[in-house]
Amino acid sequence: MMPYRIAQIRLVSSHPEVYEPCDDSFALVDALLADRTNLLEHRPRICLEIGCGSGYVIASLALLLGGEDSGSYFIATDINPHAVSVTSETLNAHGVHAELVNTDIASGLEGRLMGLVDVMVVNPPYVPTPDEEVGCDGITSAWAGGENGRSVIDKILPVADKLLSDKGWLYMVTLTANDPCDICLDMKKKGYAARIVLQRSTEEESLHIIKFWRDPNSQLEANDAKLLTKTDHGAGFGSFLSQLSQMSFWRSGNSTNN
Amino acid sequence: MRLLTHNMLSSNIKGVTNGFPLRIEVEKVVEKQVDFNPNFLKNMFSKIDYKALLEASRIMGYAELPDHADPSSLESDDFLRRFHHALLQLHLEEGSLVCPETGRKFPVNKGIPNMLLHEDEV
Repeated sequence: MMPYRIAQIRLVSSHPEVYEPCDDSFALVDALLADRTNLLEHRPRICLEIGCGSGYVIASLALLLGGEDSGSYFIATDINPHAVSVTSETLNAHGVHAELVNTDIASGLEGRLMGLVDVMVVNPPYVPTPDEEVGCDGITSAWAGGENGRSVIDKILPVADKLLSDKGWLYMVTLTANDPCDICLDMKKKGYAARIVLQRSTEEESLHIIKFWRDPNSQLEANDAKLLTKTDHGAGFGSFLSQLSQMSFWRSGNSTNN
Repeated sequence: MRLLTHNMLSSNIKGVTNGFPLRIEVEKVVEKQVDFNPNFLKNMFSKIDYKALLEASRIMGYAELPDHADPSSLESDDFLRRFHHALLQLHLEEGSLVCPETGRKFPVNKGIPNMLLHEDEV
């Protein structure tokens, strides 16, 4: 019996060294809710969250999919030992289960979990910081993203590519400063199409939740897209959107309803 | 930590080539009721290293899994129930996972394995 559709803030556990659910977490869960019909039809077998923090997102994903009764298996990782403990409490409070691993990104899981993950969710540490702050202990690891906020994101993307199944989907939070266009092109070279599921501007930042999925045509078109980026370099995110509308992988993405 | 998760973990220490399966050292096992879902089990069977699951379940004190299993075993409800119990209902609550190549121990506390590496292992 699961009374909630997504996690309830009052049931989310906390710890001074663990990042509390914030605008970025809410945006990611709202994006999952917006894509709920597709997710339910997708019938994911294994769902993985990298960097689970308070557990708000993985608990919401589990609730949204109907928990393990639906035939999904949930795994969540965090580099911060306090975070996996807090996530465990948050999951218990909501009556859902996820297996937890205290590790850096998906280290230890990459070999055996290769090609098995049908849904991956990531709210990475995306805040631009000095590189020295990346991978620091405790709560700093939740936000410190190094130069352009890309240090950890750029480590996660190849791992995602390795772990995602043929039908795998990745939902990731990005900030304008992370250069989402460049992230999409990077993934395009790996053979992924992309779509912005949700865009939200807060007082402090402009967030985009991007969904990636494998698309055989993407890789072929990556070189054309690269040319577009070069000509528009430095023109900011407005041009990112206009570029995307020009690119055929964007159109094919819409037509396949992903 | 369930044995399905154990089946998905390998030693991640730099230079280790044969890091699977991690040997389990048990301090505390707990059993938790999980709804029986034959479709999930049938889906997962091909992804599971059965030998690793068999050894792990025995170390965890469950001796009811047959020595051998193949896809035809999935037609047996009896097998599915044993497979279900071993894979999902046995939890390593406290103990260690030992790298088969180096002997390095990864602690499991409150059911959560700690796979974090020291600087010289990355």
